[in-house]
Amino acid sequence: MSTLVIADHDNQALKGATRNTIAAASRLGSDVVVLVAGSGCQAVAQSAAAVAGVSKVLLADSPHYKDGLPESLADFVVGLAGGGQYGHILASATAFGKSVAPRIAALLDVAQVSEIISVESPDTFVRPIYAGNAFATVQSKDRIKVITVRATGFDAAAANGGTGIVESVAAGPDSGKSALVGRELTKSDRPELTAAKVIVSGGRGMGSAEAFKVLEPLADKLGAAMGASRAAVDAGYVPNDWQVGQTGKIVAPELYFAVGISGAIQHLAGMKDSRVIVAINKDEEAPIFSVADYGIVGDLFQVVPELVKELG
Amino acid sequence: MKVMVPVKRVVDYNVKVRVKSDGTGVETANVKMSMNPFDEIGIEEALRLKEAGSATEVIAVSCGPAACQETLRTALALGADRAILVQTDVELQPLAVAKLLKALVDKEQPKMAIVGKQAIDDDCNQTGQMLSALLGWSQATFASKVKVDGDKLTVTREVDGGLETINITLPAVITTDLRLNEPRYVTLPNIMKAKKKPLETLTPEALGVDVTPRLITLKVAEPPTRKAGIKVPDVKALVDKLKNEAKVIS
Repeated sequence: MSTLVIADHDNQALKGATRNTIAAASRLGSDVVVLVAGSGCQAVAQSAAAVAGVSKVLLADSPHYKDGLPESLADFVVGLAGGGQYGHILASATAFGKSVAPRIAALLDVAQVSEIISVESPDTFVRPIYAGNAFATVQSKDRIKVITVRATGFDAAAANGGTGIVESVAAGPDSGKSALVGRELTKSDRPELTAAKVIVSGGRGMGSAEAFKVLEPLADKLGAAMGASRAAVDAGYVPNDWQVGQTGKIVAPELYFAVGISGAIQHLAGMKDSRVIVAINKDEEAPIFSVADYGIVGDLFQVVPELVKELG
Repeated sequence: MKVMVPVKRVVDYNVKVRVKSDGTGVETANVKMSMNPFDEIGIEEALRLKEAGSATEVIAVSCGPAACQETLRTALALGADRAILVQTDVELQPLAVAKLLKALVDKEQPKMAIVGKQAIDDDCNQTGQMLSALLGWSQATFASKVKVDGDKLTVTREVDGGLETINITLPAVITTDLRLNEPRYVTLPNIMKAKKKPLETLTPEALGVDVTPRLITLKVAEPPTRKAGIKVPDVKALVDKLKNEAKVIS
C-alpha cells in the first residue's frame, strides 16, 4: 500500500504547504506518491520528485486540471485510488485541498479526517476542534483514509534530496461543471503568510488603513509577512486574505508580532502556536499579553519606529 | 427554484468550551446552543435570492436530536418557508449528514444547496463538498459573492492569497464564507409567525440512510496552554531578549 499526496501548486511551483503534507505522509510508513495534476506543470512534477521522502510523482497534464477546480479532479483521484493501492490520500488544508478532499472521500464512501496536526499511528490522528480550544484524537477504520493536513503541525519535508521518479498518467474526463473566470491575488514582495518565518500583524488599534504603513519598515527589516486581526480586516484597513485567526489563516512562524491587537480568542486560535510572540499594545490588560512571550505596553506609533531603529 | 439550507445546532460561538474531565468530549450540558454562524449566512443568502426573485422557496433542514427543532424555528423566524428535521440521537459525522442531505434533495428537488463552509464545533469543512460529490453537482466553496443568471452562477471565492471567481452551472452546492453577507436579526413578530410554519420530522431509517459513525473519537484533551511571558520596559530590552534569549533574530 502507498500513500497518495495531492499536490497544491499553480502550474509553476509547488505550494509550500505541500511539503508539510509530504512530511505528514512520511509518518504513515508507506511509499509516498505525489499526484501533480495541472497543465504545463512538468516543472512542478520535477520539484515534487526532489522533495525528501517522495518515491514517485504521477503527472497528469491536461487543460482541465489547470485551475485546480475540484469536480474533475476528485473524479480522477477516485479513479486512481479505486484499485485499492492507496491506503491514505492526503491533501494540504489549503483552499484547494479543502475543496477537493471531501469530494474524494464521499465518492469513495469513506470518512475524511480534517486538518490533522499529528500522526499517532497509521489510523490514529490528532486534530483541533472548537477553533483549537480542544484537541481530538480520532481513529479511522475505513479502508482508505482521506486526510487534510494543517501545515503548522508538521515541519516541511526538505525541498531537495529526494530521488522520486516522474511517471505520466492519462488524464480523466473534464466534468465541465465549473470554469475559472479570474483571480485577484494580492501581489506582494513579502513572503506568504502561512509560510513566513516572521509575521508582523496589526489590529484594530492601528486605527486606519493608512496607519498600517507604520508596520511596513518593521516587516521590511525582518523579511516578514504582514497579517491582521479580523477586527482590522472588518474595519477595511487591509484585504481579507491578511486575516490571521479561526476564520482566516492559521500560522505558526518563528516570531509573531501582534501590534495593536487585543487578543480575541478568534485571533489567538490562528497564531498561538507561533514559537515566539511579541505583543505591543497600549492597554496593559489586553488578553494578548497572556500568550505573549514578550510584551511592551505603549503607543505603537512610538514603539514600532523605535524598534525599527533599534534593529539597526 | 427551491433552495435548501442545512443548519446545525452548535455551542454558541461566544461560549468558552470546556473539555470534560473524562476526556470524552467537550461540555455541552447547560451550555448556550445556537445556529452555526456559517449556516446563518447560508439562510440569509437564500432569503436574499428569494427576495431578488431568483429563488421561490427556502427550505431549512437539520439533522440531529429533537432539540434541533429550536435551530429550525430560528431559521423559520429569519424567513425560511418551511423546515425538515431528520431526527436521530446517533452522533452524526459529515459523511452521514451529506447522505441524509442527498436523500432530502432527492425528495425535495431543490436546484441549489447553500451550506455553511464549516461548523464551529467539529471544524470539519466537509459536508457541502461531500453533498456536491454525492449528487454529482457543481461546487463553489468559500463564497463571498454569488450572482445568479438563469442556470449559471458566478461565484467569488475566498482562496489563499486573494479572491477567485468561477462560473458554475446549476444544480450546485455553495458553501458560505464569512463575508458573503451580514445576516439579519430575528424579530419578535417573526418568531411568532415561525411557530405556525410547517416543520416536518423524518428519520434516517425512513430515508434509507446508514448513519453509523466511521471515526472513533478516542480522546478529547485541552490543548497545551501557553504561559504568559514577561513585559519588557522598552524597545532596547525587547531587542536584547529577541537576540539573546529567544534567539529569533540575529
